[in-house]
Amino acid sequence: MNFTYYPGCSAHGSSLDYELSTQAVCQALDITLTELADWNCCGSTPAHATSHELSAALCARNLDLAAQAGADLLVTPCPSCLSNLLATKERLQDVQFKHKVDALLDAPCASNLPRVTSVVQAIAEVISLEELKAKIKKPLSGLKLAAYYGCLMSRPAERMHFEDPENPMLLERMLTACGAEMVDFPLKTACCGAAFGIPKRPLTQVNSAKILTLAANLQVDALVVACPLCQMNLDLRQGQAERYSKRKFNLPILYYSQVLGLALGLPKEQLGLHKLVVSCQPMLNKWAQAQSIAEGA
Amino acid sequence: MRIGVFICHCGSNIGGTVDCAEVAKRAAAMPDVVYATDPMYTCAEPGQAAIEEAIHTHALDGVVVASCSPRMHEPTFRRTVERAGLNPFMFEMANIREHVSWIGKDVELNTHKATELVGMAVEKLRRNVPLHSQEFPVIKRVLVIGGGVAGIQAALDCADGGLDVVLVEREATIGGKMAKLDKTFPTVDCSACILGPKMVDCAQHPKITLYAQSEVEDIGGYVGNFQVKIKKRATYVDWHKCTGCGTCMEKCPKKDVPDRFNEGVAPTKAITIAFPQAIPKKAVINPDYCRQLTQGKCGVCAKVCPTKAIQYDMVDEIVTEEVGAIVAATGYDLVDWHVYQEYGGGRYPDVITSLAYERLMNASGPTGGHIVRPSDGREPKTIVFVQCVGSRDPSIGRPGCSGFCCMYTAKQAILTKEHIPDSKSYVFYMDIRAAGKMYDEFTRRAMEEYGTDYIRGRVSMIYPDGQGQLTVLGMDTLLGQQIEIKADLVVLAVGIEASHGAKELAEKLRISYDSAGFFLESHVKLKPVETNTAGVFVAGVCQGTKDIPASVAQGSACAAKVLGLLAKDTLSSNPQIASVNTLRCVVCGKCVQTCPFGAIKQVEERGRPQIRVIETMCQGCGLCTSTCPQGAIQLAHATDNQILAEVNALCQM
Repeated sequence: MNFTYYPGCSAHGSSLDYELSTQAVCQALDITLTELADWNCCGSTPAHATSHELSAALCARNLDLAAQAGADLLVTPCPSCLSNLLATKERLQDVQFKHKVDALLDAPCASNLPRVTSVVQAIAEVISLEELKAKIKKPLSGLKLAAYYGCLMSRPAERMHFEDPENPMLLERMLTACGAEMVDFPLKTACCGAAFGIPKRPLTQVNSAKILTLAANLQVDALVVACPLCQMNLDLRQGQAERYSKRKFNLPILYYSQVLGLALGLPKEQLGLHKLVVSCQPMLNKWAQAQSIAEGA
Repeated sequence: MRIGVFICHCGSNIGGTVDCAEVAKRAAAMPDVVYATDPMYTCAEPGQAAIEEAIHTHALDGVVVASCSPRMHEPTFRRTVERAGLNPFMFEMANIREHVSWIGKDVELNTHKATELVGMAVEKLRRNVPLHSQEFPVIKRVLVIGGGVAGIQAALDCADGGLDVVLVEREATIGGKMAKLDKTFPTVDCSACILGPKMVDCAQHPKITLYAQSEVEDIGGYVGNFQVKIKKRATYVDWHKCTGCGTCMEKCPKKDVPDRFNEGVAPTKAITIAFPQAIPKKAVINPDYCRQLTQGKCGVCAKVCPTKAIQYDMVDEIVTEEVGAIVAATGYDLVDWHVYQEYGGGRYPDVITSLAYERLMNASGPTGGHIVRPSDGREPKTIVFVQCVGSRDPSIGRPGCSGFCCMYTAKQAILTKEHIPDSKSYVFYMDIRAAGKMYDEFTRRAMEEYGTDYIRGRVSMIYPDGQGQLTVLGMDTLLGQQIEIKADLVVLAVGIEASHGAKELAEKLRISYDSAGFFLESHVKLKPVETNTAGVFVAGVCQGTKDIPASVAQGSACAAKVLGLLAKDTLSSNPQIASVNTLRCVVCGKCVQTCPFGAIKQVEERGRPQIRVIETMCQGCGLCTSTCPQGAIQLAHATDNQILAEVNALCQM
């Protein structure tokens, strides 16, 4: 299985561990990720907050490159990239809008653009839960986890096509298949504060604290995420949320790909676990203990 | 033929955008038209008198009125021409209000279109023939479908008026939703105490036959002569022997059966009597859960029943009743609120519906009237009420207001304070709709005397906080602030839709329904309990949201309509029915298969097969005429020749 892959900027910077673990997991699942040659940044929040045409032009260039490379599917790990790519495809349907975008590009954007989806959805499309189970080398039994999708992955529903927009269950299904105990996490699609961490930090503190407080109350071993920005707010900025809520969380925030990688028996280094700010060592210890008990029995 | 044409101005309704005088002038040049005029209000008394006078003065033998929809005034004008000595079917109507003046502003185009419609009516009228109704006897009995408070009222009023009443109820007991309620607003009367006597009256009235645990299977016939098939679902208990002692329910070992009457607040047994005041107070076995019926072993109820009433081999039974009129009073059900995943979609036990909350507060409910949390049985101290869950929400296809939730929420907040004096209640609302007698005063009492905090805004999310409480996130749009409340219990005022199965019943009754399944009345203002099917009436919430007094009023209104209809010994048949030209008919039988009313039969006559229309059953829908390959079956007053003449007239203008 071969996917044309759009990593997004954060993959080469702040979410290197997401990139490493995504690559490692896909390899273990016999999925080849072919990186789109000469890709550029999707423009992220600054572009679409400035001009829809600018944002669309940046995304259209990537979509056009994928079309020229003959891809019928483009996958990306980042929900923000995904949202921008999908929004661009939608907006390009409007002929007048496409004219404006084409004017910003070297050549007009192709019209037969590929389908775009997230890496996690793409994996779920080609690997059934049974097939996944068969590849599990170290079941996650003994771990109590909560899945946090963030606000963007499933919304707007008619654009993202990511299960029930309020209660997606994809990660729960996958990680339950890996042997983890998944708790019902009601804030799974709440907003972490996103890019407001920079211009309006208190907002991100309040939002992230709410999510971390619930996860701590539910006594989970880790929160499992699928978005680089969510990961950063909840992990790197966890100290800020702790100061706001006057409570220590010490809650590891792992990418789903890192957790999946552990279950597939991949070495820690390949999964970038050392990049986490809040250490996941207590979680790994608990897991190892549960496994040795299971083996002993 | 001598035709008179009247182009109505309807004040400025038509005259404002149609040149009525010009239409009259052009009509005067149409074939057989000997008189044309343009009165201001044709339906008013002087307008009708002018038609009668014109018929006499100009020796008219046919009249065209161009005005509003025939649904509005065709019967009026037919009576007018009849008074002047014409056959009522020597009259045609052109709709130049709803079809012309109300939908277009261009006077020239409107005038042209009005002329065309008048031309069509004239050409049709030239081919009209006098038609005569026949009298047929009526059955002086009435069927009431649904034993909620509206149906009970209709049944009692009809029975007191001397009619035999057949009351069909789907559940094992009558009483409907009102029987589940604890108290009623704004008087805080005990619901069961005021409804109970009416239920007993129903059971004891010599003129009322009650079929509980029964459904209407099929309805045939027509006004005055309906044949109704009623399915009596198996109860597995011989109700003639059952005394309602309740021993079976007490001893039944199956204890985890979902309790529909108690809205799932607590489980019940596999053999039940819904509640202490149930009418009829008889036991019913739930065949999906009964161990004897599902696994073939148990038989406890049969052993303990003192009257040997248990009958495991009972089967459904069909009975047929003949009635002259039907009242539908099928009530409502709650919208499926599980679509709201942001409220947990049913995953959190302490997020309940207000109907379930009624059962929690009710002294005859499963908790004996103690308000407790379903999750752990603790008494809640902070209760949040969320209004408009599944109402006023176009995103789930329910744009309408459910009407009574504002009021019962205020009532529940008041009662909560009386049950638990140290409790605190919050109500999230969009607007407070308290437009009834003493209603606004009542909601103010909830705020001012009982200290309920009313927060204007929607709830965005409800979730368990992991420490035994629920976090309610919402917006206070008056403060312009987000609100977060830690609650022990959340009560959702879930919106209503028509009772499940209402659409299927509407098809059987041949009446219309709207997008939420509510039955359509004949006229939204002036015929609120009639339907477009003669002899079928609607009462209560099945027609649209309303509270108890309005439902009772409609029940009585239906009874008045039925008593008026069945006061006559005979009714006139509609002469606009199909008939077969046997010379052209090839007996292919297509019409027999097409007729939705079973009004066309193939018969043997002098050794040869023939098609015959049963005049009293034909409803004049015209399906057979458009199916017949030979043009042999024709509908009186809408023959192929008449329709073709109209089309010709239109094409030539």
